[in-house]
Amino acid sequence: MRGLDLAIEPGERVLLLGPSGAGKSTLLTALAGLLDPDHAGDAEGRLTVDGLDPRATRDRIALVLQDPETQLVMARAGDDVAFGLENRAVPSPEIWQRVDAALATVGFPYDRDRRTDRLSGGEQQRLALAGAFALSPQLLLLDEPTANLDPVGARLVRGAITAIQRTTGATTLLVEHRVTETLELVDRVVVLAPGGGLIADGDPADVFARHGDALAAAGVWVPNRPLPTRRARPVRPDRSNAWGGATAEPDNSVVTAQDLLVADRVGFTHRGTSRPALDGVSVSLRAGEALAVVGPNGSGKSTLAAILAGLAAPGKGTVRATATLAGADARLPPHRWRAHELADRIGTVFQDPEHQFLTGRVRDELAFGPTRRGEDVDAVRRRVDDLLDRLRLTPLAEANPFTLSGGEKRRLSVATALTTDPAVLVLDEPTFGQDRRTWVELVELLAAHRDAGGAICAATHDEAVVTSLADRVLTLEVRRPAPIPDREVAA
Amino acid sequence: MVLDLHAVRATGRLARANPVAKLAAAFVLGFGVALSADPLTPALVLAAVVAALAAGGVTVRIMLVRGWPLLVSAATLGLTTLLFSDSDQPWLTALTVTIRVFAIALPGVVLLLTIDPTDLADSLVQNARVPARFAYASLAALRLLPLMAVEWRTIGLARRARGVDAGRNPAARLRLFAGTVFTLLVGAIRRGTRLAVAMDARGFDATGPRTIARPQTVRRSDVGLVLGAFALLAAAVVGSSALGTFRPFWA
Repeated sequence: MRGLDLAIEPGERVLLLGPSGAGKSTLLTALAGLLDPDHAGDAEGRLTVDGLDPRATRDRIALVLQDPETQLVMARAGDDVAFGLENRAVPSPEIWQRVDAALATVGFPYDRDRRTDRLSGGEQQRLALAGAFALSPQLLLLDEPTANLDPVGARLVRGAITAIQRTTGATTLLVEHRVTETLELVDRVVVLAPGGGLIADGDPADVFARHGDALAAAGVWVPNRPLPTRRARPVRPDRSNAWGGATAEPDNSVVTAQDLLVADRVGFTHRGTSRPALDGVSVSLRAGEALAVVGPNGSGKSTLAAILAGLAAPGKGTVRATATLAGADARLPPHRWRAHELADRIGTVFQDPEHQFLTGRVRDELAFGPTRRGEDVDAVRRRVDDLLDRLRLTPLAEANPFTLSGGEKRRLSVATALTTDPAVLVLDEPTFGQDRRTWVELVELLAAHRDAGGAICAATHDEAVVTSLADRVLTLEVRRPAPIPDREVAA
Repeated sequence: MVLDLHAVRATGRLARANPVAKLAAAFVLGFGVALSADPLTPALVLAAVVAALAAGGVTVRIMLVRGWPLLVSAATLGLTTLLFSDSDQPWLTALTVTIRVFAIALPGVVLLLTIDPTDLADSLVQNARVPARFAYASLAALRLLPLMAVEWRTIGLARRARGVDAGRNPAARLRLFAGTVFTLLVGAIRRGTRLAVAMDARGFDATGPRTIARPQTVRRSDVGLVLGAFALLAAAVVGSSALGTFRPFWA
């Protein structure tokens, strides 16, 4: 980030946009007074909050970040809100009044003693907002607070932000990819340019009307802009009740020629829990077809994905590969296959791309699969060069995969799964937190795989993936889970 | 459940005692037992501790549930002693080892299980003058441990999905292990950094005074608990001396 001139007045509510790498998070961290100029690679210009160095105004500022798991400090909800108040030496009797007020403002649905590790992502984010609100900030800095959440959780978090803005009148600076939903929270939009400086600044409607095309091309989720439709055919919803055990597809007993993988009434119960995460779900993955698995948090989408991907043995029911997919090995269920056999038939893309990286260079990462399969060195090199080009990763060919941006990591992880030519591709939340440009590229990549005769299974919260890509939708449902009681010692 | 860091929620008197006092009492007993080399002193301490724990709200069943790995390791040590000791009385030596190990560790383990980590951090800061930055940073780091256990499994599955498994080849197994450790560490460092930023954003790095939301007091009963531990130890030593079996480890 450089050459940025920006003045924000007290009480303004600003949405900060820009492609990844434009310095949005850096700006927020600097405003929060958390950037140490002594450790900066190269700092220039001046940044003030209320005319002072941000490090001197820390008490007036609150910051909420993207990842729910690493924002909560304490084991109990009330203690976590109290943490910031203790640090700022708020008198003890006042602390719990402010904690209760903050929990009420964000609509936190439990009492103070609720264990923070038993909260959903959306609940954790609301708790983090309560921790920020309790500090009575004059400036509220929010760095993608809803990026990791499902739609319901994100909506509740936006509600909590609105409540805080209304109560405190705090100046708000918000970074968020999904623009349409967040417009209600802001009255000004500022777009950073990738090289430095500003692309646009002003009233949201005005900015999007004037710069909409350029912003969309740069990856910004401009409101009301259609996405490409890459369906093979119209959607036919399949309803499966994760509890009733009703079968999803009437024809599931008949293995058709296109079937690659057939799950028959599969169920799974995680260790240490009594409630099954998945129960009685039947579904088949077919050549040339994209299946979206949707449903709220806790309905077992990820569990089903892991079972279909041959990474977990179903607790109940069976998963069968057809001879088209596995030849003679079809007699064994996929979770019994050796890893290399699995990777050649079923590719999996995990939620966190970093979990899948095996090498220290982007180029090696792409070459890993084909090389293992014994492909000719020149053929591998040609193929890797082609993939790098298609994924816009050529300049990063020698970089370490762990150092890439979120969007680059995601593109790389999908590409590595495809390098071994698996007929089936299983993805868990492939579009989480991606900018528009990466999103479109991902959908194109998946559609190309499907159109070449592959099968896609994507567990997703993203409604746009369903409308743009899915040929079939499996909706998992969940009965409200019984609360897990803390273990008691009888005495 | 090694990684379940939440204390069992005990309702007895002992559970409500001050955490630092409980730690001190467990330390006194463990240290005292470690100094004695005869079987009777630790046996007396063990019997008294079990009785005291039961009276204080921790049932024998819970002690067995939580303490059985200890019992197994103590018995294993005893068995090893029995098989390989060059003592004149191998049975007695083995029994002594078993009882000692169990008596040293049981009070600590069971008491710790009734201490909530948050209460312990509060009490260390307020009653034992441990710096708040250290205590609460450790507490926050402790909360990331279960996440790492989940992540370890996920990374293993992700590697299988990439076509990597070790099969029966020990060298491949070692490589796979090293790779998984690396990925896990990268993730742990990222998490730790993010957590540190979030904590500093809420003023954790401030140098001024800090207030206390959850006061931890040292009551008369807590002092009594520590003194009781001393008394119990003294009684055990006196008892075994009277019976002529007491022997410190240096004698």
